[in-house]
Amino acid sequence: MTLTRKAVRKAAREQGTPVLGRFPVALRVLGYALVAGVALLYLLPFVLQLVTGFKTDPDAAAHPLSLLPTTPTTAAYQRLFGLSEAADGVPFLRWLGNSAFVAVVVTGGRVLFDSMAGYALARLRFRGRSVLYTFVLAVMAVPGVALLIPKFLVLNTFGIFDTYTGMILPLVVDAAGIFIMKQFFESVPREVEEAAKVDGAGVFRVFWSVVLPMARPALITLTILSFQGSWNEFTHFLVATQSGQYETLTTGLARFVSGGLGGGTQYPLKLAAALLSTLPVAALFFAFQRYFVSGANAGAVKE
Amino acid sequence: MSLRPASAIRATRSRRGGRDRDGAWGWLFVSPMVLVLGSFLVLPILMALWVSLLHWDGQSNPFSGQADFVGLDNYRTLFTQDGLDRTLFATALRNNAYYVLLTVPLQTGLALVLAIVVNQRMLRGRGALRTIFFFPSVTSSIAVATVFLFLFQGSGAVNALLSWIGVKGPNWFADPRGVLSLVLGGLGLVDPEHPTGLLAEHSTMGLSWFEWLSGPSVAMCTIILLAVWTTSGTFMLIFLAALQDIPRELEETAALEGVNRRQLLRYVTLPALRPVLFLVLTLGLISTWQVFDQVYVMGQGAPGNTTLTPAFLSYSAGFDNADFGQGSAIAFVLLALILVLTGFQRWALRERGARTGRKR
Repeated sequence: MTLTRKAVRKAAREQGTPVLGRFPVALRVLGYALVAGVALLYLLPFVLQLVTGFKTDPDAAAHPLSLLPTTPTTAAYQRLFGLSEAADGVPFLRWLGNSAFVAVVVTGGRVLFDSMAGYALARLRFRGRSVLYTFVLAVMAVPGVALLIPKFLVLNTFGIFDTYTGMILPLVVDAAGIFIMKQFFESVPREVEEAAKVDGAGVFRVFWSVVLPMARPALITLTILSFQGSWNEFTHFLVATQSGQYETLTTGLARFVSGGLGGGTQYPLKLAAALLSTLPVAALFFAFQRYFVSGANAGAVKE
Repeated sequence: MSLRPASAIRATRSRRGGRDRDGAWGWLFVSPMVLVLGSFLVLPILMALWVSLLHWDGQSNPFSGQADFVGLDNYRTLFTQDGLDRTLFATALRNNAYYVLLTVPLQTGLALVLAIVVNQRMLRGRGALRTIFFFPSVTSSIAVATVFLFLFQGSGAVNALLSWIGVKGPNWFADPRGVLSLVLGGLGLVDPEHPTGLLAEHSTMGLSWFEWLSGPSVAMCTIILLAVWTTSGTFMLIFLAALQDIPRELEETAALEGVNRRQLLRYVTLPALRPVLFLVLTLGLISTWQVFDQVYVMGQGAPGNTTLTPAFLSYSAGFDNADFGQGSAIAFVLLALILVLTGFQRWALRERGARTGRKR
């Protein structure tokens, strides 16, 4: 083995073949098998989730690994959508409606307010601008988890604890989104705006009819990240609400699931609910992958 | 506002004295941000700072003198008072330390390997692989934790898999013993049930040295696996962006010079990745001290407080035990810790950038 690899390497060196071409076929096959194995580890939980949703409770408990339900059934999904009796305290449609409503309003708010603030910080000249920008950077460093009790205190004081207002309002502006928009607006050439101003457009006109249409790529990124973020939001809704009517998919699912630990009960129902709550974000992800990718990297380089 | 051309031209021409020309508009544009971030980030911090000095059960009005002012007692008890407070806080710190120590190296190492693999030009299906590895990162933490509960339950998929190779899997969510102490017990070195000797006789913050060193419980291990599985994709993308910044010619020249792959990795790729590696490590450090969602779903501290973390302890002190003063104090200790880590990261990255900038 070592001899042949040495020989291959020597030959390659003489011919100047790129490094990667020097590997013998057997090694490549092994490499592909390894990579495929790791990929399977990332996929298998989702596959099992999908399959188990179509199993019966005893089947899921007895054969957790089997990829084919012995008696396929859509009972779990029927229960979630209220098509059959015994929903077992899982008002799934209510959770779905709340999640959708909150995510849409929050996304709309973020797209508007983040781009307004981002534009002002990038382009408008006013007293206190640099202080505000430092403020945005500082806010991004504040860990949300340490603010669980503080947020509850404020919502309580304002009298908006356990209301849609209390769920939505604290989320309609986010510092990371402002940062993304500011970076984008700074990369736009000034000439267009100047021309519009010379033509007599006011600040708001320039922003609304000139700059925003040009910012479409950044706006799409912001829309997608905001929707994903607010759809998956958990801790804020956990401390902002109390009554069942405001339960979202995340808080509802968490309360439903964290009860029966260890026992193999109702997993088809739990996994079907989890799958449906992942589906919208999954669809977005597969349709607009590159926006998620740019978001992940923007998050990393926000220094 | 000013639709008259004359004033607009004057405004663009005269740069001087124009510092405040957008003043009203500027403040109008940032006012939603100032209102929301001020009311829901700055104000809560100030209010909670006050509440952390009180003994407040959440019932009376904490701002009208109806709650007992106890000064720094809520903080002091966390570190010094005998009994439940100190032990619980110490346990939470210990658990989170294990979580950090295992999660950060694992997620960083895995992300780096995945990035290098996905960056190989000869590999087919790189786009699909990137999608597969990244997908868990964009899904809801609650939904994913649900799946892991199913996989790791007593008669679940993981134990079924283990029984294929003749291993009897542990009862993942019911065994409060630490992995390390189990291993040592298995080797006959210590008796995990009745530890004796140096480690058992000394204690720090109410936890015996043996308890500090007993290792994460198997339940904590599932949360660590979950964290590594979900975050490695995001960090892979960050590494990947850095790898693609390495000029391709560098690799090709190296290949012509007869540099082998291991040397290429060691002398070209890894040095180029060093700043990103530092970034990813500190980002990991900052986020692993905030673990909450997964703890909430996968045990709420059970079994035997071995998955309790400071973030969850703060939540349950306030919302389950109606001790908002204590909960706020824990939140501030955590806040301080994370802000120190964030500050260190910014300082170190700035320093690094300046130094390389001067050299080149």
